[in-house]
Amino acid sequence: MTPIFTTFAEQIHYSATDIIKLFDQARGWEGKYRQIMLLGKQLPALPDACKQDEHLVKGCESQVWLHYQLNKQGYFHFAADSDARIIKGLVVIILSAFNGLSGQQIAQFDIEAYFAELDLLKHLSPSRSNGIHAIVRAVLGLV
Amino acid sequence: MSANIDNIRQDFPILTTQTANDCDLVYLDNAATTQKPTVVIDAVNRYYHTSNANVHRAAHYLSDKATLVFEQARQTVQTFINARSSDEIIWTRGTTEAINLVAASWGEQNLKAGDIIVLSALEHHANIVPWQLVAQKTGAIIKPVRLTEHFELDLAHYKTLLAESPKMVALSHVSNAIGTINPIETMVALAKAAGAVTLVDGAQAISHFALDVQQLDCDFYVFSGHKLFGPTGIGVLYGKAERLNVMPPWQGGGEMIDKVSFEHTSFNQLPFKFEAGTPNIAGVIGLAAAIDYLNAFDRHALQQHEQRLFYQVYDWMTKQPNIQLLCNRDNNVGIISFLLKGEHHQDIGTLLDQQGIAVRAGHHCAMPLMTALGVSGTVRLSFSIYNNDADASAFITGFTKVMELLA
Repeated sequence: MTPIFTTFAEQIHYSATDIIKLFDQARGWEGKYRQIMLLGKQLPALPDACKQDEHLVKGCESQVWLHYQLNKQGYFHFAADSDARIIKGLVVIILSAFNGLSGQQIAQFDIEAYFAELDLLKHLSPSRSNGIHAIVRAVLGLV
Repeated sequence: MSANIDNIRQDFPILTTQTANDCDLVYLDNAATTQKPTVVIDAVNRYYHTSNANVHRAAHYLSDKATLVFEQARQTVQTFINARSSDEIIWTRGTTEAINLVAASWGEQNLKAGDIIVLSALEHHANIVPWQLVAQKTGAIIKPVRLTEHFELDLAHYKTLLAESPKMVALSHVSNAIGTINPIETMVALAKAAGAVTLVDGAQAISHFALDVQQLDCDFYVFSGHKLFGPTGIGVLYGKAERLNVMPPWQGGGEMIDKVSFEHTSFNQLPFKFEAGTPNIAGVIGLAAAIDYLNAFDRHALQQHEQRLFYQVYDWMTKQPNIQLLCNRDNNVGIISFLLKGEHHQDIGTLLDQQGIAVRAGHHCAMPLMTALGVSGTVRLSFSIYNNDADASAFITGFTKVMELLA
């Protein structure tokens, strides 16, 4: 793996189950959004050289850069960054679920059920300003 | 005054809606769209229940009934903006379509290579892109009026642009992103003196103060129904009859024709020449109901009420640390555009939304303005007639919490 993916994998090593457990402990909307922003803080910053326009996810109000690598065994690794704090945290939530999966596993992963479990389903709505919907679409577009 | 506002709030059923985390709705996104009073919702409902038929077509009872209310609505708009004749009122889907109509019909007929179209740094995309499309076709050149550091149009710069004898001057009456009320009477008069045709985009003005197009004396004035407490998908192009009469039709189809053969088609008179296809009849009726509703109030008093809430929140904002206000306190329709230093506007919007507070966070479809201000977007609060002191306090409490969460 190239360094940005290694850094990402080293610092973001949650599984979807870990994320769900973290959110079980969050109290109320404030606790939930504090948790999201804490996750975002752990997201390693992409080097500026990786923030090219061609890596921008279209359809986000904030800027989101998404990189991926497909290894020889057929597993995807992602690295991403955003200029908005909540989006950063949501990126961690999404990529924790998708990282290290095969294309088929990603396609089969029930992202709606995952977001419903986290009570964050509103972030998946196809609103023009909604970055998360666009990121999920971008990932699904790869597989 | 507050008792009045309580009554007004009861006219808008959506205001009692619960939103995220069971919070009461605090609707401060009125510049995006206004809510609808029961009389508007009922008028649309009643039309489909009792009068639905195509207009200006069949010779039957329902069609006559629908046509009558449809044309009465045109007169309602005529009176509302004081046009000379209801023929000068063209139904469109909204502000955007109205500007597209003028840009395509008037523009393609009258613009040639090197002609100048004056716009301003405050315009939203609806008053930029249609002109770019016609400029690409004709070779006309777009020149925007600059902003001053007080978020107002630079009149000295405007005059230098007018000295270049532009063919068209198309300006917003009020900025959608930062609320600035332009000195539109002066600007139209100057443009006319320079020999330009004038279009005023009134999308953000029409719900706040009375309009007299004869007094303003612009050639075109456009606005949307949905920002005026009416339905979505209906808007108005006002044009002076002498302009509209000599302009070619824009879209072709039913209603806009006189006689059609495969060799030749002659066109209907105003206003139908510009209304191809079956119009948004329910929208027209809903818009007339919205205007009737507004006409029952002292509109100046409503505007003062909006201004009072605006000052209340604006003045509080000036006392908070790390706030960058991107709007003026004076000559402002009631829009607060701001940023919290070091934070993304979308995060602020999301955290306000969690408390039931609806604002817009983004570029407000005015990217050139955002570029001029040196930002990628802002958080925008916009007040309307049904907002009350509780909304202003809810924002202050909610935003205080946002600042704590982000600290």
